[in-house]
Amino acid sequence: MKLLTHNFLTSRCLKGVNVGYPLKIVLGHVGELPQALIEDYESNEDFLKKVHHVLLEVDVINGELVCPESGRKFPITSGIPNMLLNEDEV
Amino acid sequence: MSGIKLKQLEQWLQQVDGFDEGGGKVDLEQYTTPPHLAACFLHSVRHHLEGKMVADLGCGPGVLSVGAAILGCHYCLGFEIDADALDVYRRNLDEFEISNCDAIQCDVIGGIPSRFDKCFDTVVMNPPFGTRQSGADVKFVEAGLRLARSHLYSLHKTSTRKHITSLANAMPGVSVKVVAELRYNLPHTYKFHKRDSVDINVDLVRFSYE
Repeated sequence: MKLLTHNFLTSRCLKGVNVGYPLKIVLGHVGELPQALIEDYESNEDFLKKVHHVLLEVDVINGELVCPESGRKFPITSGIPNMLLNEDEV
Repeated sequence: MSGIKLKQLEQWLQQVDGFDEGGGKVDLEQYTTPPHLAACFLHSVRHHLEGKMVADLGCGPGVLSVGAAILGCHYCLGFEIDADALDVYRRNLDEFEISNCDAIQCDVIGGIPSRFDKCFDTVVMNPPFGTRQSGADVKFVEAGLRLARSHLYSLHKTSTRKHITSLANAMPGVSVKVVAELRYNLPHTYKFHKRDSVDINVDLVRFSYE
């Protein structure tokens, strides 16, 4: 799972969850990016390369996504997050 | 790589694994998209794939995703409910060394998070034709139109053309066109199939926002 894909995922479809975003990724942290958005983020090639790397080249193979509100866990196996819900959850 | 020839694309797609032996699930209407059909489909829409954000609904083992990547899409995301099919999907990506495709396991019918709405330039799919689960084809079209910003390309049985086009015509802002008539050579897949193989006429339908 690329982090670009992660950017789209939510747990909002769960009963009682209002925002459900962003899902927490349980594994080691991917550093490198500056903490705050830099000013020339649209033209700074060095920065854009780092963003590209984090979004499209870092691949989460195994781990969990955790709903920030309910704590519901969505497992990631072989790089594929399982977002299926049980009937009683929707 | 949209300069790639149709024949060349078909040869590549012949190396994509289909559903595992005996793994096709009849309730989900799992039929492998034949390489020839997939190649004709993708090659004719290649200008809407190259450099685009693409979604593949009910991606199965991923022949359309792999083809979209070969034709130069920026990113392709597959949506699929079945874990076994996704195992093959992952394997295919690895074998082709494709790094700009991803997949998530979810139900296309009602299970795609709304954050995905309008996030994709182009949506491609070979949906269930709705013969086992009535209305599944229509629900896939609705999901595809939610996700697409400009175009949805989908395969439908020619016999359902009237139904599909009238449905799309009733949606505001959506225009619909049959862009190709193709033949789906369906090999004997399930026990209830009586013949070794059968040709089904299918339409490649384009839904676009005006």
